[in-house]
Amino acid sequence: MAERGWTVPSWPKEYGGGDLNGDEAKILKEEMTRINAMSPLESFGIWMLGPALLKYGSHEQKLQHLPKIARGEIRWCQGYSEPGSGSDLASVQTKGVDMGDHFLVSGQKIWTSYADQADWIFALVRTEPDAKKHKGISFLLFDMTSEGVSTKPIRLISGSSPFCETFFDDVKVPMENVVDERGNGWTIAKYLLTHEREMVSNLDAIFGGSAGLYETAIDSIGLDETGRLDDPLLRADIGEFLIDEMALTAHLAAAKDFHRAGNQLGARSAELKYLGTELNKRRQSLVVQAGGLEALSGPEENNGIGNQSASWLRSKGNSIEGGTSEIMLSIISKAVLRLPSLG
Amino acid sequence: MELFSSEETLLKDSASGFMAENASVQALRDLRDQKEALGFNQELHKTLADMGWFGILLPEDAGGYDFGHRAAGLVAEEMGRNLTASPFLSTAVLSAIALRQSGGEHLSEWGPKIATGDAVIALAIDEGAKHNPSRIKATAEPDGNGFILNARKRAVFDGYNADRLIVVAKTGEDTGLFLVDPSTTEVEVERNAMLDSRNAANIQISNLHLDGKDLLCPLDKGATVLEATLRLGRSIAASEQLGVAREVAERTTAYLNERKQFGVPIGMFQALQHRMADLYCQIEQTASLISSALRAIDTISDNAEALSRAAKAKVAKVSRVATEEAVQMHGGIGMTDEVDVGLFMKHDRVLTEMLGDSAHHIDFLLKTRGL
Repeated sequence: MAERGWTVPSWPKEYGGGDLNGDEAKILKEEMTRINAMSPLESFGIWMLGPALLKYGSHEQKLQHLPKIARGEIRWCQGYSEPGSGSDLASVQTKGVDMGDHFLVSGQKIWTSYADQADWIFALVRTEPDAKKHKGISFLLFDMTSEGVSTKPIRLISGSSPFCETFFDDVKVPMENVVDERGNGWTIAKYLLTHEREMVSNLDAIFGGSAGLYETAIDSIGLDETGRLDDPLLRADIGEFLIDEMALTAHLAAAKDFHRAGNQLGARSAELKYLGTELNKRRQSLVVQAGGLEALSGPEENNGIGNQSASWLRSKGNSIEGGTSEIMLSIISKAVLRLPSLG
Repeated sequence: MELFSSEETLLKDSASGFMAENASVQALRDLRDQKEALGFNQELHKTLADMGWFGILLPEDAGGYDFGHRAAGLVAEEMGRNLTASPFLSTAVLSAIALRQSGGEHLSEWGPKIATGDAVIALAIDEGAKHNPSRIKATAEPDGNGFILNARKRAVFDGYNADRLIVVAKTGEDTGLFLVDPSTTEVEVERNAMLDSRNAANIQISNLHLDGKDLLCPLDKGATVLEATLRLGRSIAASEQLGVAREVAERTTAYLNERKQFGVPIGMFQALQHRMADLYCQIEQTASLISSALRAIDTISDNAEALSRAAKAKVAKVSRVATEEAVQMHGGIGMTDEVDVGLFMKHDRVLTEMLGDSAHHIDFLLKTRGL
């Protein structure tokens, strides 16, 4: 697949892609689905960095990084959030001091997925301390084996996770590793976040199917003499969920058609992210409610019904990662409804 | 994120412009204040028919334009936005589809009259406070070549002064749809002005002798025709209600930009912004759901029944939030008759009950999923 460029079918050939146009890429995807083929390669490089480099990277940067992403040779991680910069992402404090031919980067990132296994990182770093908040950030690429980089995995309420804390202690980053202009990192970050939201809201892992909700409810609660779930209040909650699930399914299909017709989702990706993650939280919550004590076995028990409690706990993060639900609502208020904002 | 064909865009724009000018909220106010007995303006009905909208779902050989279900939904949405009072849903949607599904002489006779606005035909189905077609008690007992019909129908929309009624009654286990002339002495029609200034008649039919040819379709097809009629009817009613939700939400957003308190537009307060943004997201996904229901009906997809029920259930919930938030965010003025939001709330409440509320349809959907 990588030789044909089909790990990244729509990227240009010289950067390791398949040079397919939108319709061709769609056919490839449909054919792959039809034969039940696994996606050949999934990575942060493909979903996130690739699109950003294609849009903002120099020719040299594209040649250096994109073919390796396409072949799955280099694993990337994303250095965005910091302990003091969550929803207010543009307040990043990790600093890069201009040393002529390189920056000296120091600071801390958090929620860096797979940082402990990644080869390279793309990170938001404050390189222009005198510029305004949003204008002082650069988008840097660097090698995770550089001296001064260390990582520490984070354990979540749902158990072990790919998330890490990542520390930079005077890491040398060559000047040519800045993507686009110095100080233009926020623009790239915003572009990438929209991409991430679209990606997140299309993830079958998050939205696919009912996660066994209906089956779990029937198995663990049973039906009454009219054939209805023998817990009318839970049944009512499941019913509310059901129509919202059907609505979101229709809405995602509409969004895909809209996108395929050549329209940009823009701020409306916030709408999909908000609806999708909030719905998944409800779904997971209903699964453990329906499963009762059966769904609450601890992580070391293999009870054959999958780890429902871990999925439930993990889902709580859906409406935080990639921009909180509150941030999504603020984006919609401002960019779609055009309501006045404070700042 | 809805995509429209160029024909659909054209239709939507012309419906939008026409309703705003000729069939607006002000027209409904006038109707209400003049206590118009019909619940709609007859001249307007004729004009809407002249625009082609009453023939939108009828085949060309029955005087119609065969524009498709999605198209009818777009017209209904504009009617919802303007609170247009007309017998569109009863006559051009429910009755037209019942006739079309049945075919034959009744369609040839009544189709053209519906399309030209020369006939109002009402569907008499509900019998109690709640829509529940599985519990119909009206009976049509076989009698020679015909039937004897006994029925007590409630909330027959546009049933007052209708030219014909399509009465749903049981013959044993079968479902019959009977075309009834309401001017006969065995039929008593009592006008019931509703909260939203439209009419929904209560109708008593006692020992009415009907001919076999008064049946719209053979008895063994009645249930199927009725299902198709209700499937489409609830999807178009959902479109109308979507129009209500979108209009009040937009008016409320505009008000938040305009109304100042504490020296700033109240739309600056996050407590209100997030509620409006959530409502917006809910309305948009509902719009997609309704579109997919209508397209499923257009393409005769197996999903159509479930989607139409989900659409009706979801829009009622969303539209309720939209109208309640409209009153709340308008504040005291929102409680006055002078501002339109109350009129939207009233019509919204009626639309919710019409052809089944959320609980009714959710119960059906859950049952089809085995719970």
